[in-house]
Amino acid sequence: MDINRVEARLRKLHENGEKGLFAFITAGDPDLETTFRLVLSMEKAGVDLVELGVPFSDPMADGPVIQRASLRSLAAGINLMRIMDLVRRLRSYTEIPLLLMTYYNPVLQYGLKRFAADAAEVGVDGVIVPDLPLEESASLLQELKEDEQHLIYLVAPTTTPERLEKISRAARGFIYCVSLTGVTGMREGISPDVKEFMQRVRRHCSLPLAVGFGISNPRQAALMAEGADAVIVGSALVSLVEQFQNQPEVIYERVPGLVKELKEAIS
Amino acid sequence: MELPDSRGHFGNFGGQFVPETLMPALEELTLAYDDAKNETVFQEELQYYLRDYVGRPTPLYFAERLTRHLGGAKVYLKREDLNHTGAHKINNTMGQIILARRMGKKRVVAETGAGQHGVATATAAAMFGLECAVYMGEEDIRRQELNVYRMRLLGATVVPVTSGSKTLKDAMNEAIRDWVTNVKNTYYLLGSVGGPHPYPMMVRDFQAVIGRETREQIFMAEGRLPRCLVACVGGGSNSMGLFYPFLDDAVELLGVEAAGRGLETGEHSATLNAGRAGVLHGALSYLLQDDHGQVLTAHSIAAGLDYPGVGPEHSYLKETGRAQYTTVTDQDALDAFQLLSRLEGIIPALESAHAVAAVLKMAPAMGKEDAIVVNLSGRGDKDVPAVARVLAQENGGVR
Ligand SMILES: Cc1ncc(COP(=O)(O)O)c(C=O)c1O
Repeated sequence: MDINRVEARLRKLHENGEKGLFAFITAGDPDLETTFRLVLSMEKAGVDLVELGVPFSDPMADGPVIQRASLRSLAAGINLMRIMDLVRRLRSYTEIPLLLMTYYNPVLQYGLKRFAADAAEVGVDGVIVPDLPLEESASLLQELKEDEQHLIYLVAPTTTPERLEKISRAARGFIYCVSLTGVTGMREGISPDVKEFMQRVRRHCSLPLAVGFGISNPRQAALMAEGADAVIVGSALVSLVEQFQNQPEVIYERVPGLVKELKEAIS
Repeated sequence: MELPDSRGHFGNFGGQFVPETLMPALEELTLAYDDAKNETVFQEELQYYLRDYVGRPTPLYFAERLTRHLGGAKVYLKREDLNHTGAHKINNTMGQIILARRMGKKRVVAETGAGQHGVATATAAAMFGLECAVYMGEEDIRRQELNVYRMRLLGATVVPVTSGSKTLKDAMNEAIRDWVTNVKNTYYLLGSVGGPHPYPMMVRDFQAVIGRETREQIFMAEGRLPRCLVACVGGGSNSMGLFYPFLDDAVELLGVEAAGRGLETGEHSATLNAGRAGVLHGALSYLLQDDHGQVLTAHSIAAGLDYPGVGPEHSYLKETGRAQYTTVTDQDALDAFQLLSRLEGIIPALESAHAVAAVLKMAPAMGKEDAIVVNLSGRGDKDVPAVARVLAQENGGVR
């Protein structure tokens, strides 16, 4: 494949004048089979990209919903190796862009070289590492085959213009805009400053912008989509998985159901 | 070369592994600290509070009966237990709270294990009229009830942490989450030499007053350097503070980690002895973790040592061989706790009792002309109820 799936999808969205919907779920919550089926059913329901969360014992950038998902996944014995296997299996069924969202330590212990090689081999398109800021990212970046696996950088409302410039120069694929100062999780409203924030990022970055954190319903998604190229929804989906963890058939109905509503809201 | 480098690296260790949201705050803090450090006004204000409020300098006390009992090296105790609030933690807290005020912050948050750092932070916040929230694991709240009550008396909000192991590591996660959320008006007052740059450097500098005083005092007492410095290592601040001014001297440095129920049981906090390099709470350092990089739950009878990480400069000192790190079990610490109480009339913190226990093992084998300085990082009042419970279970009470 000559072009990264993330870039291909973003280009297509742009050509069609569409906004993207990116979905985050924790891999292995409550088991890998659920994750496997959810990725495929979310794709059918209109998701443009899936972020698979790698569980970590100490998820300092996450709110309670994803913390608990992470613990469920760890309790099920999930690790990076098994998530690589999951992606390999998924790749026989789908070409949807797949990113791993992981804290740095699981990657570091897996081995940076081995991580990059396995990610390329199984068909991972990139990685988001919330505790790896630009300044610490050189070692991982060195190992990734840049055109095949992107390291996706995050920017936040606190990011200064100087940092926006630096991050924008290093970034590939898209920029992950954290809509609020805080951890992941569902919020009632949306921050009144988000519009100004997205405009500020836009002035410094030419890449597509995806906005996430705190988006849980169609109304919020529609508002957020105004200033962005894609919106990212995580905790709201994970929360459904949690709520119905003992009724898989409800999960397979409700999660794609919410995805469909969200996609319609931003179309 | 002066360490850390400008990005907070001690060789391969240290750094800033935090969410982007916090990077600007760390840059701001680094600049503010660099400014303050070189400013006479700041240093004089800190000196003033350390002297008139904290009660420094603390004595370097020759433990004559303990020395006689051991029959080897002379044992000196650096009496950090005599500081206001009863531990070394306040040296750092005073420095950081003055900095927080200079930066215009109105609210401070902190994590605490034993509650000593929480109490020190609540104290300093009360004195300067700042709002204060302290995150503390539920398990530690149970073990350290006295300190919880002290913090509440001092006007701080103690937030119980119920995630994970319900100890210091999880309290730190929650403190960081609070900081990420409230970074605009909140100062994160980290209690040890861990975390992202500039904390390991800054906390070390504030604690280095311990080592600077010790240097002068041991020269007064002995006319020369001690053979060895001994201190317990949780996050590593009291040890780093004692060691730092001696790094370039021919003095042995010994850090003492908690072996808990024994290294072989897996229930311990011996990060440098049994861990390997990994990233937790913003820094690359030794870490207790499984094969997949999941952080393990630590154990120690001393809540302040019950942490699976350690400050990055210690990892560097270990790797370069400049410092040695040994371990002491819960049981040996309990014995030392009682022995020091009986022989010297000093009830040490269980954390500090680990350092004393290491000295009990090594002093007899040394010559009478050798001097050991052990950092008595805190007093043991906070531990008395827990120790009473353990001893009652074991052998029907104090021996
Ligand atoms: C009395 C005392 N000593 C030692 C420690 C361990 O911390 P550090 O290794 O940072 O000195 C603590 C922590 O709470 C403490 O209260």
